[in-house]
Amino acid sequence: MIDLVDVTKTYGTDKPALSHASLHIDKGEFVFVVGSSGSGKSTLIKLLLKELDATSGSITVSGERLGGMKHKRIPKYRRKLGVVFQDFRLLKDRNVYENVAFAQRVIGSPSRVLKKRVPEVLKEVGLSDKYHSMPDELSGGEQQRVALARALVNRPDILLADEPTGNLDPQTSDEIMALIDTFNARGTTVLVVTHNKEIVNAMRKRVVTMKDGLIVSDEKEGIYHEA
Amino acid sequence: MRPSTIWYILKQGFKNIKRNWMFSVASVLTMAACIFLFSIFYSITTNVNYITRQAEEKVPVTVFFDEGLPEERILEISDIIRQRPEVENIVYESGDEAWEKFKETYFGDDSAAADGFRDDNPLVNSSNLQISLNNLEQQSELVSYIEGIEGVRSINQSEQAAETLESVSNVVYYVSLVIIIILLLISVFLISNTVSVGITVRSEEIGIMKYIGATDSFVRAPFVLEGIILGTIGALIPLGAFYFIYHEVAGFILRTYNVLSLSIDFISAPVIYRTLLPIGVALGLGVGLIGSFVTIRKHLRV
Repeated sequence: MIDLVDVTKTYGTDKPALSHASLHIDKGEFVFVVGSSGSGKSTLIKLLLKELDATSGSITVSGERLGGMKHKRIPKYRRKLGVVFQDFRLLKDRNVYENVAFAQRVIGSPSRVLKKRVPEVLKEVGLSDKYHSMPDELSGGEQQRVALARALVNRPDILLADEPTGNLDPQTSDEIMALIDTFNARGTTVLVVTHNKEIVNAMRKRVVTMKDGLIVSDEKEGIYHEA
Repeated sequence: MRPSTIWYILKQGFKNIKRNWMFSVASVLTMAACIFLFSIFYSITTNVNYITRQAEEKVPVTVFFDEGLPEERILEISDIIRQRPEVENIVYESGDEAWEKFKETYFGDDSAAADGFRDDNPLVNSSNLQISLNNLEQQSELVSYIEGIEGVRSINQSEQAAETLESVSNVVYYVSLVIIIILLLISVFLISNTVSVGITVRSEEIGIMKYIGATDSFVRAPFVLEGIILGTIGALIPLGAFYFIYHEVAGFILRTYNVLSLSIDFISAPVIYRTLLPIGVALGLGVGLIGSFVTIRKHLRV
């Protein structure tokens, strides 16, 4: 599903943010990418989102080679990905329903699909009773659920989560991760970038550890290594 | 594109305008001022051109004859000239008629002053032929033909009058062109400013849209629409207002000048709007488009 072969990314003349990284993730896998700040995690996410281009090496995601991908193709490619961020990034002037529906409107879904799919996914994240709430009226956990619903409403192949529990208390973090886990169980490939040690150690998933732009370890059912 | 998508983009476009309504109002007003001035200058130039043409048509080529040339010979020449294809109409005015007309114009009721000339018509040799033409471009051709006829003393042409009016109209034309171009640039700048404020306000939303997989055109469309709406409203308001103002002002000038018995005539508002309306709307639309495109290219990295 995700294939990185000898990928290097340098910004200007600095030392590489990502250096000769190779990583293979199968369809349906759940992978944590851990490491301290500056380890290259964010660069990895940006490369996968095609926000940045690799300096060398090749990246293939969901059958699409990102190197040399035409600019026009990028939106279509991104529709295969769902993304959630630490800061939720909800539209503050729209209610829960509209925030999720927004993702469907953007890709031009017909309204009859939208009317069916948005309530469906809101139910899945447990927000059926919050359609009309504004983001500011919600707790952090609820906001992340909305973000998750928005990321998944278009049924992406892959869910990319960049520090999804970074702003949440431990209990809420567990709930969000449990939710992500259920989506993974239904077939969505999941890649979570985090430095939440408790969660990584509790879930016992595949753990890729990064340090100074290098992948230093890659373990099945791994634990969090202080790199 | 699906109807729901079009509807969505439309709503977003209007939302942009509402969200920074102060900038929107400023752009619309500048645009309106610009199109209003354009309408003024456009109608002045077209009317000056129109009046020039009228004047050219009314002021005929006037032919004077050698002293003492008998009237029969003049009428003979008149018949010859009438055969020419350029000639639309030809009128003979005898020396006496010329004098009567002159007296009326310059002495008016003061017949005593005119009586001083009683039996001594000073314009006795002013018998002339007044020729109006089908096509003014053939004037010089006709003039050189008439010059060749024996007995012709001199020819007065309307060219000079026409040239004066034409140069006035040219000055109006160029001055207005420069002013309009400056105003258009200001409008482009303001619309671009308004759109860029909208883009800044919505930068977060734009970022999210991109992650979700919105196409470039989907992200841009509301902003392009915003520019078009601002430009078009900015054009329609002054065009509507000017229609009535033009009608009133033209009527006022005609009433005032008719007292001075100057026979001028203006193009009617509906006729002038046949060209002014499409040009004005196209200008507004174009400026709106350019304004938003310039900004989107500069500020909207998609």
